[in-house]
Amino acid sequence: MKYLSEYRDPRAVRALSRAIAERTTRSWRVMEVCGGQTHTIVKHALDQLLPAQIELIHGPGCPVCVTPIEMIDKAVAAASRPGVVVCSFGDMLRVPGSRGDLLGARAAGGDVRMVYSPLDALALARRHPSRQVVFFAVGFETTAPANGMAVWQAARQGIENFSLLVSHVTVPAALAFLLSQPDHRIDAILAAGHVCTVMGLEEYYPLAARYERPIIATGFEALDILQGVLMAVEQLESGRREVENQYRRAVRPEGNPQARALVREVFEPTDRYWRGIGLIPGSGLRLRPAYARFDAEARLAFPGDSPREDETCLSGLVLQGKIKPPQCPAFGNPCTPERPLGAPMVSAEGACAAYFRYAHIPSNRTVFAGADE
Amino acid sequence: MCLGIPGRVIEITPDARHPYFTEGKIDFGGVVRAVCLAYVPEVEVGEYVIVHAGFAIARIDAEAARRIFDDLRQAGQLEELEAAGEGCP
Repeated sequence: MKYLSEYRDPRAVRALSRAIAERTTRSWRVMEVCGGQTHTIVKHALDQLLPAQIELIHGPGCPVCVTPIEMIDKAVAAASRPGVVVCSFGDMLRVPGSRGDLLGARAAGGDVRMVYSPLDALALARRHPSRQVVFFAVGFETTAPANGMAVWQAARQGIENFSLLVSHVTVPAALAFLLSQPDHRIDAILAAGHVCTVMGLEEYYPLAARYERPIIATGFEALDILQGVLMAVEQLESGRREVENQYRRAVRPEGNPQARALVREVFEPTDRYWRGIGLIPGSGLRLRPAYARFDAEARLAFPGDSPREDETCLSGLVLQGKIKPPQCPAFGNPCTPERPLGAPMVSAEGACAAYFRYAHIPSNRTVFAGADE
Repeated sequence: MCLGIPGRVIEITPDARHPYFTEGKIDFGGVVRAVCLAYVPEVEVGEYVIVHAGFAIARIDAEAARRIFDDLRQAGQLEELEAAGEGCP
């Protein structure tokens, strides 16, 4: 497919990995923020094409993984109420809460539906005016314009049986949190390309300056990741600590003005708890007062049960880049994508799922190195 | 979850109520889907966009898309490619 397959060209991949090796004189640790990037790296074994001095650290950029267990519990509770339809992106359905997941709620008779777009959930509300349709709105800045638009359209069209269970998070606040940890190991950051497509680059300049780390807005294909690493290494080796844009085909410095305007109209910043990491000030979005009537939490008044996490799961350390998934004692046994203990083993963007699917089962990998010579 | 898929715009349907209701059809290598075009008001039929959760979030800059290959050529990293007679985009 155009704009996909050419960015997986094995010869260009090898050319870039050679260029990285030529520029590297010492050890550097580069964190890719987004779980989609983690999957590209593990699937194509890109880490093995890099010189031994370069370590890739996997970041917290998996919205499904960091959605607080309380919110999963609320979605499950909503699904078990008569007359309520819970709509969600597919990834959320199998994320374990304290008392099961959304698929379990569906098996028990709840009305849980997987949708591709929040507008599909809105259309469902329009078709079924006697039911409450709750959309589980998780995601980073990439997804906020889509979820915000569903609320804007609901308000504009007077569709009052639609609401959002909002668990939105934002990347820059999380990066500031990780970079301010005294024991962090991050020398450079590959910022999540599609978050930057929406938000642009401006939030990253103060981060790069304050924490003296290169930040490269980077795409999702093999060539994008390697070029992002090359740009990071060139900065580190030459003593620069700047914001650069690798993903120029989709990221403008100002982002997407229309999408940013809609997000500002519908949402406002809030403190948000990240599963496995903790409370990060200013790291989330919630509905503004003008749209508060579309807030499922206010509408459904959930009981305040205390959530229960599995104690053997070390996904919090994985999400902070402190360990790699196979270092968790539960990885692969008993924790698998079929019976996950933690969210990163579920999601298509979770680091544990990436390692399980590709590194654990080598035949699933496309290894560019193997095609050399 | 931040997955974005490139596709080609094949139809644009403006909506008299508000530009935010503009819809379009996008061709993803043969699979056609309806997508909200609210966030790409300047897009034209034939252009490529990145689609996320049913929304086009960016027009793809075709010139910037080629630059990575131009950069590699300039750095002399792609001779094997040229020699093989298989042009990169």
